Amino acid sequence: MNIIDLLQSPWPWWVTGPLIGMVVPVLLLIGNRTFGISSTFRHVWAATAPCGLAYFTYDWRAESWNLVFVAGIALGGYVAMAWLTPAGAVTHMSGAFAGELARAGIDPHQKILPRELFSWHGLATLPTLAVTVLGGLLVGFGARYAGGCTGGHSIAGIASFQRASLVATLAFMAGGFIVANALVPLLLEHVR
Amino acid sequence: MNAVAQTLQPAPVTRSGEAVRVVAYLLAGLYFGIVLIKGEVADWFRIQEMFRLQAFHMYGVIGSAIAVAMIGIWLLRRFEARAGNGQRVAVKLRPADKGQLYGGLLFGFGWALTGACPGPLFAEVGAGYSIVVVAIAACFAGTWLYAKLQGRLPH
Repeated sequence: MNIIDLLQSPWPWWVTGPLIGMVVPVLLLIGNRTFGISSTFRHVWAATAPCGLAYFTYDWRAESWNLVFVAGIALGGYVAMAWLTPAGAVTHMSGAFAGELARAGIDPHQKILPRELFSWHGLATLPTLAVTVLGGLLVGFGARYAGGCTGGHSIAGIASFQRASLVATLAFMAGGFIVANALVPLLLEHVR
Repeated sequence: MNAVAQTLQPAPVTRSGEAVRVVAYLLAGLYFGIVLIKGEVADWFRIQEMFRLQAFHMYGVIGSAIAVAMIGIWLLRRFEARAGNGQRVAVKLRPADKGQLYGGLLFGFGWALTGACPGPLFAEVGAGYSIVVVAIAACFAGTWLYAKLQGRLPH
């Protein structure tokens, strides 16, 4: 197996996790920045349309590194897909979940997102609205209410032994367990 | 060790130093985005499996990421490292209030629906899944809503 094959196949958790963890000390070394993503949503409002809201009135320029970092993430998504992923690659999921998807009429041999749920022409349907608009609203609102998302709380926060981050992470997981097991199966039944 | 650290003066913050850091943040993001896609973290199927306890993958990713970040932070503190801008390295402390519980639950609801937290959302758009801009726009709307309601929410 040559290096190109290795890069092109999906990376196992024991490669992926440490590579993600490295981002925390790297950002600290570059400019004493604490890893986090969701504050970007706040900075963009503060920079473009603070709307007279106290939450959006602060020196966003001091935090503008976050915008550059997020632009890099999108660029990385492009590079990973265009150059490091072979055409026709699919996510290798567990048999149990693949079977359930197939029964709901969703092709279990896809990558990243099921096109039956995530499509522009599906935007008029309830399942697609739920996974894009409702999901996004909750992610944005919840992350800011909690003071951080999986990056800031679950990785950087827990790694620096912050109790609040542990509480946030347990709440993230609890919320995810409820919706993934109670609501998502209902949505899957109503795809198409 | 301490004596050496004390005699070190913070590097002056120069315009060119700032430009180098901007490029460094962009490259750090690029690296992170590649890992999110290649490690199948930015993957709706993987997130569903995690919450259904049908695969170990995401638990391994998050657990080992925390462990490596912990070691990294410990090493930086141990050697009293300075950042590229001359500051003594310090992790930002996050305020503790009821928001972690209530906001955290709401975030979890959304995470299971979109199958992505904020970082992966941006990686997915870059990877060519244009529909995800709708979810990102909704994140901005959710943030605005929080800014509007902040004073009336339990904290």
